[in-house]
Amino acid sequence: MKRARVAYSGAIHEATPAGADEIRLDDGRVVGEADVVWLPPFEAGTVIALGLNYADHAKELAFKAQDEPLVFLKGPGALIGHRGATRRPADATFMHYECELAVVIGKPARHVARDDAMAHIAGYTIANDYAIRDYLENWYRPNLRVKSRDGATALGPWLVDAADVAAPPQLALQTFVNGRQTQSGNTRDLVFDIAFLIEYLSAFMTLSPGDVILTGTPEGVIDVGVGDEVVCEIEGLGRLVNRIAGDEEFGRAGTASARGAQRKSA
Amino acid sequence: MSSPRIEVAPFRLSGTVYATLLNHRHSLASLGDAVSAKPYQGAPKNVVLAVKPRPALLPPGSNVLVDDESQELEVGAALGLVIGTTACAVAATDALGHVAGFVVACDCTLPRTSHYRPQIRAMARDASCAFGAEVVARERAGDPDSLSIRVFVDDELVRSTSTADHVRSAAQLIADISDFMTLRPGDVVLTGSAPDGARVRNGATVAIEIESVGRLETRVAMATRAAIADPTRSR
Repeated sequence: MKRARVAYSGAIHEATPAGADEIRLDDGRVVGEADVVWLPPFEAGTVIALGLNYADHAKELAFKAQDEPLVFLKGPGALIGHRGATRRPADATFMHYECELAVVIGKPARHVARDDAMAHIAGYTIANDYAIRDYLENWYRPNLRVKSRDGATALGPWLVDAADVAAPPQLALQTFVNGRQTQSGNTRDLVFDIAFLIEYLSAFMTLSPGDVILTGTPEGVIDVGVGDEVVCEIEGLGRLVNRIAGDEEFGRAGTASARGAQRKSA
Repeated sequence: MSSPRIEVAPFRLSGTVYATLLNHRHSLASLGDAVSAKPYQGAPKNVVLAVKPRPALLPPGSNVLVDDESQELEVGAALGLVIGTTACAVAATDALGHVAGFVVACDCTLPRTSHYRPQIRAMARDASCAFGAEVVARERAGDPDSLSIRVFVDDELVRSTSTADHVRSAAQLIADISDFMTLRPGDVVLTGSAPDGARVRNGATVAIEIESVGRLETRVAMATRAAIADPTRSR
């Protein structure tokens, strides 16, 4: 089963697919998929993300294999839904998408052994975990300014039940920028697989329903600019669409100090 | 977590807790020449933060937990800024207006030798970050950038510092964070702790006093290793 959370006509609804371009709301209405506001498909708890978890991407970024997964956390404001817009700051020179399989926890997990781990998954969705490389610094890298930016982690469109995806997931994953394919991989190539990650994390951090693990991205990241449409696609999960927006749309023009002055006078 | 007492909006610490790292002027100094060498290749330019996930947070009066892996913890004594109103891209001159009050925090981590990676295994452990019993309204506490912080282990004074030693002031932190990440009512920003915090083990009592804000007391106890009981499982 696939479920979404959308806002329509003044309320938030659960929705399911209803044909090519339509969705069915929980109150029975069938509406166009472009006529709703798509939210992340579940109420997210802790947002956990992996870096360098595909060997080819690590190589692309010139990193050696690790003995422990590179894990970082994000704040909740990073999340947006399908068809959302992500801001590219005017001073960025390299902002890239990262198409990732997102694993959503369904049952509390603490000290879970890898053989039991998959039973703690509620389902899967697609993540587009943007990074702005200009802001990378070598202290607690990747730092939050790169990876926990407002609206820079899209999730959706659907939460697909774990029961509908063969475990472990071996799903083709692709990104298209303005219709051109730029990224291609398969979730079977994770360096640290999902069962390992749940075992590893739950040994020191209790996982709760709604917590989500973004499992990393394969090679093929390129710079995207204002106005670009970025589509992340994972076999069986759907297509997650995002648009790159400029500073102006967010009321930000010029430098931080100019902005401060502008806001003060407003 | 059940919240410290807070008599001003937002009334509950319902949001996200962010810990500022390397914000004490001794933090980088203590690393010496390593700062300019690999992997760091220079001092950090922007604010460095860590997210404290919910299971790490402890309500007042609870024990900080250690387990077989975390025999010894490093105590990070920090002033917490409790956000009162939404702060997005605010200027430093306006930033303190978004702070409802202050709270004492005890952010315990595994001791680290490297600051290169986020190391959440060291920084985001269950039951590792305790809060004081009360959030003191900003108007009552005064200037957040000149408060003494004292750490006691088993009633002995072991560390003494001041928020005056911070690289970024409270206002500058709010400004720099809110430039890329909106702070919401109920969020907490820990303003950073001194390097080489006190080390504690099972059975220790830790007290942190921050001038004008209050005193936090917590005990270090051994966690039980039991997995969470799962009634839906058959075996």
